[in-house]
Amino acid sequence: MDFRLGAESEQLRQEVREFLDEVFTPEMRERCRSTGVQHDPEFSAAVRERGWLALGWPVELGGQGRDPLEVLAYTEETRRRDAPVYGISTTMMAAYVISVLGTEEQKREILPKAFAAEIVIALGFTEPENGSDAAAAATKAVRDGDGWRITGSKMFTTNASVADYVFMLARTNPDAPKHRGLTTFLVPLDQPGVEIRAVKTLSGERTNITYYNDVLVGDDLRIGEVDGGWRVMTRGLAAEHTASFSGEQDRLVEALTRWACSASDEEGRPRSQDPAVRERIGRSRTELEVSKLLLRRAALLRERKDPSLVGRGSMSKLFSTERLERQAKETLELVGPDGLRSADDPSAVEGGAFEHMVRHAKGTTIYAGTSEIQRNIIAQHVLGLPRSG
Amino acid sequence: MDLQPSPEQQQLIDAFAGLYGDLAPPEAVRAAEPLGHDSGLWRKLVTTGGVEMALPEDRGGFGASLLDLALVAEQHGRHVAPAPLLEAQVAARLLARLDKPPVDLADLAHGHRLATLAVRPAEHGRAGLVPAGAVADDAIVLAGDRLVLVGLSGTVPVHNLGCLPLADVTLDGEGHPVLAEGPAAVGLFAAAVDEWRVLTAAALSGLAARALEIGVEYVKQRKAFGRFLGEFQAVAHRLADRASEVDGCELLVREAAWAAEADPGRAAELASMALAFAAETARDASHEALHFHGGYGFMLEYPIQLYYRRARAWGAVLESPAAGYRRVAAHHLSAAGERNR
Repeated sequence: MDFRLGAESEQLRQEVREFLDEVFTPEMRERCRSTGVQHDPEFSAAVRERGWLALGWPVELGGQGRDPLEVLAYTEETRRRDAPVYGISTTMMAAYVISVLGTEEQKREILPKAFAAEIVIALGFTEPENGSDAAAAATKAVRDGDGWRITGSKMFTTNASVADYVFMLARTNPDAPKHRGLTTFLVPLDQPGVEIRAVKTLSGERTNITYYNDVLVGDDLRIGEVDGGWRVMTRGLAAEHTASFSGEQDRLVEALTRWACSASDEEGRPRSQDPAVRERIGRSRTELEVSKLLLRRAALLRERKDPSLVGRGSMSKLFSTERLERQAKETLELVGPDGLRSADDPSAVEGGAFEHMVRHAKGTTIYAGTSEIQRNIIAQHVLGLPRSG
Repeated sequence: MDLQPSPEQQQLIDAFAGLYGDLAPPEAVRAAEPLGHDSGLWRKLVTTGGVEMALPEDRGGFGASLLDLALVAEQHGRHVAPAPLLEAQVAARLLARLDKPPVDLADLAHGHRLATLAVRPAEHGRAGLVPAGAVADDAIVLAGDRLVLVGLSGTVPVHNLGCLPLADVTLDGEGHPVLAEGPAAVGLFAAAVDEWRVLTAAALSGLAARALEIGVEYVKQRKAFGRFLGEFQAVAHRLADRASEVDGCELLVREAAWAAEADPGRAAELASMALAFAAETARDASHEALHFHGGYGFMLEYPIQLYYRRARAWGAVLESPAAGYRRVAAHHLSAAGERNR
């Protein structure tokens, strides 16, 4: 056994830290915060220049062929700093699916633009009437000559306001069982019939609801087989179920530590001497370590294509997000009234980090499969319990 | 990074899993209560090399790493084994670090003599609740800044929640052999307690994993209202939470054991993390497993109560999880202070 991440991973972590110091300026951070958009063209261009858009892809597909522990170092560091990487990650996730399942023409048309960071692709799986149950999609795609006409709506199409395409799951066969009547399309957003409406969220991030009214899409933008959309989507989503939330935990416990070392109580004693504060720091540090270990194990299972990844990836997501939420709540309570001040208040503690994390953490236990979905997966795939009736 | 035990480590795991499986079934654990010591099991552990392996090669041992010992301790915990293996290993390793140990290490290795460690320093001439103190011949005790060896004839076992062989040890004056004094004594003691933390965490990790298995097996075969208990999400979801913690706990404890040799700069912080997290994980896993047995869980007849009680007792002999987490913070804050200097 060996718990070292390896020289390459540590080297890349250092490079990413230096890169973020240079590129992710306070001005860019403020731009992301005030607009709530999790994409920044200048940032994406800088990532492209470093060749980091597709770190973990095989070299023959245009990636860097980095191992999962190197990719993790990049993910952990960018999330620790809250850098605007979400647009890149959804774009490259769709691009990856196209590179594996797309036609030669689609690869020629889309992949070079994705690799040039010239396009943004948003995800359109969830709908207003279905949350975690993506297979219940009701948005319709109906044949029309050589193409398709799409009608319906998608919820939480984050970055749609700056995106070129939505990678969408639509129902093409209403008579088939729900998983077998779906097809995926790459729907261009800049066309008649598409309406994008901003949806503001608890964390300050802007997401969107997108409406499609008889939107025409050529058959050349269908990804994968007709009625084979579920398989196409799960191929892409397999990446999301091992998403890392240890970066956020790291950011939070560091902010708590800095605060504890600089603030004093009414009697002038440093808060770092308060046993309750010390206990919370120790718990947060420990939970961060466990979150990292569960995530790293999932990354190794993925590399080996080990089927136990399904449940073990869910353990990583469940543990890290549930503990993050508890850490955020208890940290805010420890910090007291001044922790309530938001980032735009000049006297905000740690730049408003504590109140912001309470908002942000709530979302992490919901998106990419709620905690209840993860528990169902673990109960079934790891513990071998019967499906609940 | 490699999270798989090596082939040699796997052999070690299998060998001890077999030994405990044969000699420490729940009936044997129950029969050894209330003292918590099974002399047949203990003899077998000694003749298999359970103590000998923990000593360095140049002191007549097999030179096992702390990680090797932790893998054995996991099996120990899976069977809530009534034998003082962890304490004997930790005490023998401490004595082996002395130039001239006042005890023949071969006697320890071959079970002719059993030494243990008082994991908390003596206060007012008394070391309370010494683990294995009710069955050991000697206890290593830190009294002030002196590390002494206290003979244990006539100690009275303390009846306790976990049926552990605990005893209060009284120091009588100046007669005890002094093992070390001053900073050397404090350093030896701290290192040994950290080893005890890691091995006890490993035992708790194994206990937690086995308790969860027992609970899962039960809800798969027990029906209520015409359905298996495991079909109810109120049951399944809590077990899923515990399963995530149990997996995380195993990784954390193994990392802490590995770090003792491979990453000494983080070893002390990880040792405190491991014990605090393992104590909570074992507590919560055994809680759900017992609770989902319903009334049967409350009966002494079912094995799950053996796990439930030891989960709450093993780690508590030294410190609460809250105190453990405060130790983690102390390591982190002093490192943060260094960085800011």
